Amino acid sequence: MANVSLGVPPTEKAIETEELGPVRRSTLSRQRLRAAWLFLLPMIVVLALVAGWPLLRTIWLSFTDATLDTIGTAEFVGFRNYWEYVDYGDGTGEYFGLLHDPAWWGSVWNTVYYASISVVLETILGLVFALVLNAEFKGRALVRAAVLIPWAIPTVVSAKMWAWMLNDQFGIINDMLMTLGIISSPVAWTANPDTAMWAVIMVDVWKTTPFMTLLILAGLQMVPGDVYEAAKIDGISPVKVFFKVTLPLIRPAILVAVIFRALDALRVFDLIYVLTPNNSQTKTMSVYAQENLFQFNQFAQGSAASTFLFLIIAFITLFYIKVARLEFGGGK
Amino acid sequence: MPAILRQTGFYLLVAFIVLFSVFPFYYAMLTSLKSGTGLFQVNYLPREIAWGNYAAILSDATFLRNLANSVFVASVVVVISLFLAVTAAYALSRIAFRGRTLLLLTVLAVSMFPQIAVLAGLFEVIRGLGLYNTLYSLIFAYMIFTLPFTVWVLTTFMRDLPIEIEEAAIVDGASPFTIVTKVFLPLMWPALVTTGLLAFIAAWNEFLFALTFVSNNDTRTVPVAIALLSGASAQEIPWGIIMAASVVVTVPLIVLVLIFQRKIISGLTAGGVKG
Amino acid sequence: MLTRKLIAALGMTVFAVPGAIAAEISIVSGSVGPDIAELRAQLDEFEKQSQHKVTIVEMPASTTDQFGQYRLWLSAQNADIDVYRTDVIWAGQLAQHFVDLTEPMKDVVGDHLPSVIASQTVNGKLVAFPMFTDAPALYYRTDLLEKYGKEPPKTWEELTATAKEIQDAERAAGNTGMNGFVFQGAPYEGLTCDALEWVASSGGGQIVSPEGDITINNPQAVAALEMAKGWVGTIAPAGVLAYQEEESRGVWQTGNAVFMRNWPYAYALGNGADSPIKGKFEAVPLPAGSGGSSAACLGGWNLAVSEYSQEKEAAIELVRFLAAPEQQKARALGNARLPTIPALYEDAEIKEKAPLVAAWGQVVAAAVPRPSAATQGQYNEVSQNFWTAVNETLAGRGDAASNLQRLESQLRRLKRNAWK
Repeated sequence: MANVSLGVPPTEKAIETEELGPVRRSTLSRQRLRAAWLFLLPMIVVLALVAGWPLLRTIWLSFTDATLDTIGTAEFVGFRNYWEYVDYGDGTGEYFGLLHDPAWWGSVWNTVYYASISVVLETILGLVFALVLNAEFKGRALVRAAVLIPWAIPTVVSAKMWAWMLNDQFGIINDMLMTLGIISSPVAWTANPDTAMWAVIMVDVWKTTPFMTLLILAGLQMVPGDVYEAAKIDGISPVKVFFKVTLPLIRPAILVAVIFRALDALRVFDLIYVLTPNNSQTKTMSVYAQENLFQFNQFAQGSAASTFLFLIIAFITLFYIKVARLEFGGGK
Repeated sequence: MPAILRQTGFYLLVAFIVLFSVFPFYYAMLTSLKSGTGLFQVNYLPREIAWGNYAAILSDATFLRNLANSVFVASVVVVISLFLAVTAAYALSRIAFRGRTLLLLTVLAVSMFPQIAVLAGLFEVIRGLGLYNTLYSLIFAYMIFTLPFTVWVLTTFMRDLPIEIEEAAIVDGASPFTIVTKVFLPLMWPALVTTGLLAFIAAWNEFLFALTFVSNNDTRTVPVAIALLSGASAQEIPWGIIMAASVVVTVPLIVLVLIFQRKIISGLTAGGVKG
Repeated sequence: MLTRKLIAALGMTVFAVPGAIAAEISIVSGSVGPDIAELRAQLDEFEKQSQHKVTIVEMPASTTDQFGQYRLWLSAQNADIDVYRTDVIWAGQLAQHFVDLTEPMKDVVGDHLPSVIASQTVNGKLVAFPMFTDAPALYYRTDLLEKYGKEPPKTWEELTATAKEIQDAERAAGNTGMNGFVFQGAPYEGLTCDALEWVASSGGGQIVSPEGDITINNPQAVAALEMAKGWVGTIAPAGVLAYQEEESRGVWQTGNAVFMRNWPYAYALGNGADSPIKGKFEAVPLPAGSGGSSAACLGGWNLAVSEYSQEKEAAIELVRFLAAPEQQKARALGNARLPTIPALYEDAEIKEKAPLVAAWGQVVAAAVPRPSAATQGQYNEVSQNFWTAVNETLAGRGDAASNLQRLESQLRRLKRNAWK
């Protein structure tokens, strides 16, 4: 343990930060700062190798003429992968590049549409589930366990399971709906352009509502029981209690759950890749990027799409943090 | 009789929740117990119980090997990411230094970066480190999603622990590492179990990296193994066997979740989700 | 046991090429149960003859997944894999990573189907060598056609009429689940195949000509797609827009379709012990359009030697071995894999023991390759643009004429510098 204090010398930053701490300049706080950087170093190194460097490579490659076969020898070409006008020399010409590809904008729209609807549905359902699980009733432990099942199933597996259930001829969903008289003839859920996106949303809602439920339930359990006791004694209606007391108290929990889910939803890949491959109605930004990177001969444009996807997600996150006034970092 | 109505409504809701959550898995089990043309007939209750699909999958030495690989990768990922995250979270939550918020935001940024976009770069790094086609490549690559998450959750958890618990140790002259191991770790079991389990599940379920970074039948993990299951021809899909394998792969997770469900809830309650 | 070892040892001394050193090579192949078992058996044989050691690396059955992986490995100059089993459409896209087999195979290349060899030749380079081929046919229910006094259709018009008549009559008789015709309409590579057959058999060309000209926007192609659109919701279930091979087979094999377009694999499965249509169906070449002749999409798998292999000599030896008539014949007898050597369709033993294979000879002869060689690196995107246009036409999003018009301009964009 002694070596902890030996480690790296205090960096400039670390010394400067002492202004932030208590004014007392002691060896103690210096030791703590040193330890802080030493503690952070392994994490930073791993993340730099596993995410930072590959990300920089992707951004760099989006400004080159790289193909998958020429990554090592790619040359800088400026913004050509994003936007380029090719003059054919006879008075005609055409725009090329990511920002002029209708398929890209289609996938941006699909992603935003998918993310917003599924996250809203998951939040509402998660809230309902959490409220139910927060109540005392017989068999609650069993129900709670049951709710967690979809969450534990690998995405690839659940996509396959649902593909099977949504099959138009042998699928149990059509069978159920027809037995109940809701539809008169089988619906090709994953094929029909009008229902494909909803099929994906349905599976995603099934799969990730448990995650929402868990996070919201955790928030609910932090609400002290005596709040409800007091409300009961005062004869305030449960609905009012929910909106006036419970909801504000669990707001932070919901906000965090929503951002985690939204970030996940915005880069959705494997669910769509397995459930509705190649369907232009469900093609998301990640799928578009993957196609261009590895399926088509458009590595550079795929890198551009990846870079843009990163920027869009970053922008949405920052915007959300501002609007939701989430508190990050240290201070309490 | 509004009370009774409310009661009934409540239990109907509970029934719906259970059905909604369990039915697809139940249906997978049902399918896994079918054989031949029976697959293409819709039933709600088992008509036949054919264990052939399970016998096929459990007598497959490669599949069992893949299961062992998954257990190994997921466990090591959990241990390493928890170790790195506990120390990092301590620094991020209990020590004031410049750039702390920026660092936390960077960690969050990493957690949101799409896997697909780092794939090619990561592939280069893994080959460069000589990890290609070993299970270590997966352990390494999985840090991209388990580490930010565990750091994030543990930081918020530790941040909310009262200052007093540390003070005594600091006064006693304990080193920061001692403080982490002796003071914080014992308090953090619920959070560790939660985040560990989440990391375990994420690593267990991962598909894209596992498909890309290992290429031997002996080094694959189960999601890829399931994707590999095929019938007598390229076009035929052995739904029965796929479902049997899916059940086999999912059951350990469900058992884990059942065992630790109290800890999961209390772990998150204890501080995982403070804004 | 002892004698077997002795024979093996003898075999080695007899077959071992003087001077050849035993090499360790690995071959990667999509994982399809019986194929892998058979491949292993043939590799054992090869090991015995050559003293080389061969390991199989299995990959997902999905060709898209395989392609993505192989592409990544090859671009990283992965030396771990020596021989790749490649889809017929990959040649143009992976050409630069594979060894030119023209020289090593020049004595045997003439034995194989010219259309298959052509599909594997990119700018004069023989990228891969055929292992077996594949071609779809029209499956029909013998019992139903007999019941209504019909002959297997020779043209798409006949098929449409027959399918409609039998479907309507069967439904009227209480068999409400009956469909006239099932095929593959999902937006994926299979639809490119199906639609290429409709278009090519109507004299509408092959999307992009072997010379690289974009030919898809023509009246015959428009008519062919409009004809197919007319099937959806009438003789084919609306869900056909999501059908891949297996979904079509599901409908077919539960006895709910009069006709099906599918690959040979459905033949053996349809005659399985628990199949309701066992012995009640047959397969013939696909129908022709007006003014065209029957066209079957050329499928099948080939073997390519990696440019980054450390053991190219041994790898080429292995490819030669696996593509040889003996091995192709064994695959035909064992798993009904279609040989790429025309002479084998006349083989007495195959005719006797694998009549399906022998019967497929005329289907294979009429096989049409997809434009994968002409469009080179862009094939996947060309194909996706094509199947999207077709799928949207089938789904009623825009008519065939305007969708093909748009497709033409998309392909022109793709063509820009990519192929001549």
